[in-house]
Amino acid sequence: MKKFKFIEEKIFRALMFFSTVFIVTSLALIIFSILHKGLPVLSWEMVSQTPKGGYYFGKEGGIVNAIVGSFYLSVSATFLALFVSLPLALFMNIYLKRFKIVINAIRFFLDLLWGVPSIVYGAFGFTIMIYFGLKASLIAGIFTVTLFIIPIMVRAMDEVFKTVPVGLYEAALSLGSTRSETAYRVFLKQCYPGVITAVLLAFGRGIGDAASVLFTTGFTDHIPTSLSQPTATLPLAIFFQLGSPIPEVQERAYAAAAVLTFFILAISILARLSSGRFQKNKINF
Amino acid sequence: MIVALAIVVFLPFVLGIGLYLQSTLLLEEQSLFRILFTSQWQPMSGKFGLLGFILSSLMVTALSLLIAGPVCLLTAIHLTQYAKKYVLKIMHPVIDILAGIPSVIYGVWGIIVIVPLVSKYLAPFFGVQTSGYTLLTGAIVLSVMIIPFILNILIEVFRSIPTELTEASLALGATRWQTIKHVIVRKGFPGIISAMGLGVSRAFGETIAVLMVVGNVVKIPTGVFQPGYPLPALIANNYGEMMSIPQYQSALMFSALVLFVVVMLFNLASRIAISRFETK
Repeated sequence: MKKFKFIEEKIFRALMFFSTVFIVTSLALIIFSILHKGLPVLSWEMVSQTPKGGYYFGKEGGIVNAIVGSFYLSVSATFLALFVSLPLALFMNIYLKRFKIVINAIRFFLDLLWGVPSIVYGAFGFTIMIYFGLKASLIAGIFTVTLFIIPIMVRAMDEVFKTVPVGLYEAALSLGSTRSETAYRVFLKQCYPGVITAVLLAFGRGIGDAASVLFTTGFTDHIPTSLSQPTATLPLAIFFQLGSPIPEVQERAYAAAAVLTFFILAISILARLSSGRFQKNKINF
Repeated sequence: MIVALAIVVFLPFVLGIGLYLQSTLLLEEQSLFRILFTSQWQPMSGKFGLLGFILSSLMVTALSLLIAGPVCLLTAIHLTQYAKKYVLKIMHPVIDILAGIPSVIYGVWGIIVIVPLVSKYLAPFFGVQTSGYTLLTGAIVLSVMIIPFILNILIEVFRSIPTELTEASLALGATRWQTIKHVIVRKGFPGIISAMGLGVSRAFGETIAVLMVVGNVVKIPTGVFQPGYPLPALIANNYGEMMSIPQYQSALMFSALVLFVVVMLFNLASRIAISRFETK
């Protein structure tokens, strides 16, 4: 009986170890299986040409329309979201610092918004689109993705600004700077790497999401030239090509998936690196 | 700054009201009860029963939580109680990348790996023949998707438990595992439950990945090796046709509203529980 508690502990330690390994292996397996299937099919043609006639029957062409479309969409959405998120995150940490209840309420709202499924944002974007009489277009997609990534961005920035020591805030104010000067000159400079990480995080979410743009951007074989045209995006290109019964088109979906995985990995590595760089302006306490 | 604040505070209400206004058309015609608790889905003849979709959603979500929950709990305990510092340093980027992988990629992975796994090995093991596009497949893919969210919160929860408690328990002669079982897990129990709640709300709304592997057959599923048709998949699959009949569009927007409300409720309950737990 005395031995039993040690045996129990051994069993559970083994289980814990295996579940940790399980998580790491599933990540490795996901990336490996996508690259394994996708890379052999990937060619220069695929990332440099728009779909030609009969592309969806296995004829020639590529997915550059989707790659460029995705970038248009998520770059502009990230940019727009930045204009809402940065002031809000600074506002919360400078002006509202004293009002604990208010700031907790805002964080609560942000968390709620963060949890809303992207398809609900998609459906909402669609209703707005109909209300204004728009058709599926780049602008409607940008609007929807912006709403979708604002909570992600604000929450990430808020976490960063929270770490600024109170001493720095007090020192800036005591030297006679106004609060907004403190916000943009001191806080922003101090947290530059973290802000970049937050932006990249939101960008990554924007580029990868399919459900929110499903209703709103439409899909097209051309690279859009104006905001009112429909746009192809990478996730949707993968989704539609996989739905095709023709094996060659399906293989291209794997290649497109490899491209998207590559972008996401690149963004997350960039985000990690950026927290190392840009540190030189930082004041250490 | 104030404008930005206003946008964020009003957005949830605007989302809800917008979707509600769009679904009033259907709600005026049919009773809420009839929509939610009948399972006939024949948009062309005006029958919009969502029960089958709701049950599918619930089953996929529950199954995925059954898989992800224990794995996350064990891993979180391992990382916070036993593992060396550097293991957590390795795990952080792993969790971040898992959280950042787009759901379409999870869907592709599901089709490449999990679908054959289910149809060739798992289903024959239980003596069932399927194509592999089943509720179970959806749940497996979904469980990997929600692991990073649950794990992150669980790690926070275990970290916020005061070390004095652990020390006191160890000083009384309890083994490490007894301390975890009787002190840490018990103390963190509300936090654990709300982490799972957040996982549920993630899983309930997940669209594309589940849609790609779950089979999408309109009927009430009776077992895990049957195809399902969750609510988000319904919305995503039919967006092309919904312009044709106004009621159809209204029904889909109502589904989005149901999704929104359910996710909000789960989120709300879990967040309140977590904030209570942390201030205690």
